[in-house]
Amino acid sequence: MVHFSAEEKAAITGLWGKVHVEEAGGEALGRLLVVYPWTQRFFDNFGNLSSASAIMGNPKVKAHGKKVLTSFGEAIKNMDNLKGSFAKLSELHCDKLHVDPENFRLLGNVLVIILASHFGKEFTPEVQAAWQKLVAGVATALAHKYH
Amino acid sequence: MVLSPADKTNVKSTWDKIGGHAGEYGGEALERTFASFPTTKTYFPHFDLSHGSAQVKAHGKKVADALTNAVAHMDDLPGALSALSDLHAYKLRVDPVNFKLLSHCLLVTLACHHPAEFTPAVHASLDKFFSAVSTVLTSKYR
Repeated sequence: MVHFSAEEKAAITGLWGKVHVEEAGGEALGRLLVVYPWTQRFFDNFGNLSSASAIMGNPKVKAHGKKVLTSFGEAIKNMDNLKGSFAKLSELHCDKLHVDPENFRLLGNVLVIILASHFGKEFTPEVQAAWQKLVAGVATALAHKYH
Repeated sequence: MVLSPADKTNVKSTWDKIGGHAGEYGGEALERTFASFPTTKTYFPHFDLSHGSAQVKAHGKKVADALTNAVAHMDDLPGALSALSDLHAYKLRVDPVNFKLLSHCLLVTLACHHPAEFTPAVHASLDKFFSAVSTVLTSKYR
């Protein structure tokens, strides 16, 4: 089980408080679909994903991104029990959505990159390290119920 | 995976924008890699890896200079990186998984310092470029 030190928790929650979840969620999911186009396989019904600008402006991408990142925000409130927090979502992603957990790792890293672009110098190596631990923990938690 | 003309343009213009900071960014990317992915430190037992280390800065500049050379020869990465490819295969033998980790931290570093330029399309091109470089550097492993 992942354990976060007080400093790591502070680094995470400190930054999270300043994140615009709706905007960042859309950006994260959008960039995932642009940078790793094969991830579009899960979103056939999202309409126009034909170019980077189409993807980033797509309202379904924005809405879904917001949903995903809001859920992430819930995890941040439960950093000491990520597996428990994500148990139901893990089952969903396996049984209904059939998403390869590698995609959770890709999205986590895209999120880290977005935070870097928003926060610049504030996103120090130490802050990044705390966030890498979190996104890895979330990815593992979401994969935990797979069978 | 092939670098399109647009990818090459994106990578070249990013590198132009970086200018003389490439060495500094190389060092920062290494520092980020060591901090976020401690297993990568196993390749540097002979280095001082503390914050501000002169050895890390120097090594970062080395990595950055090699990338700058790669940018100048994107039409023939295997040719331009042949010696480094040999080095990584026969001497350094860095496990291939680590190239992804450093590539990620290079992207993070660039996003930190040049957020305006780091559009989704540029992000994609850079990711592809680092991936192509990594592939060449591990191409002679077996």
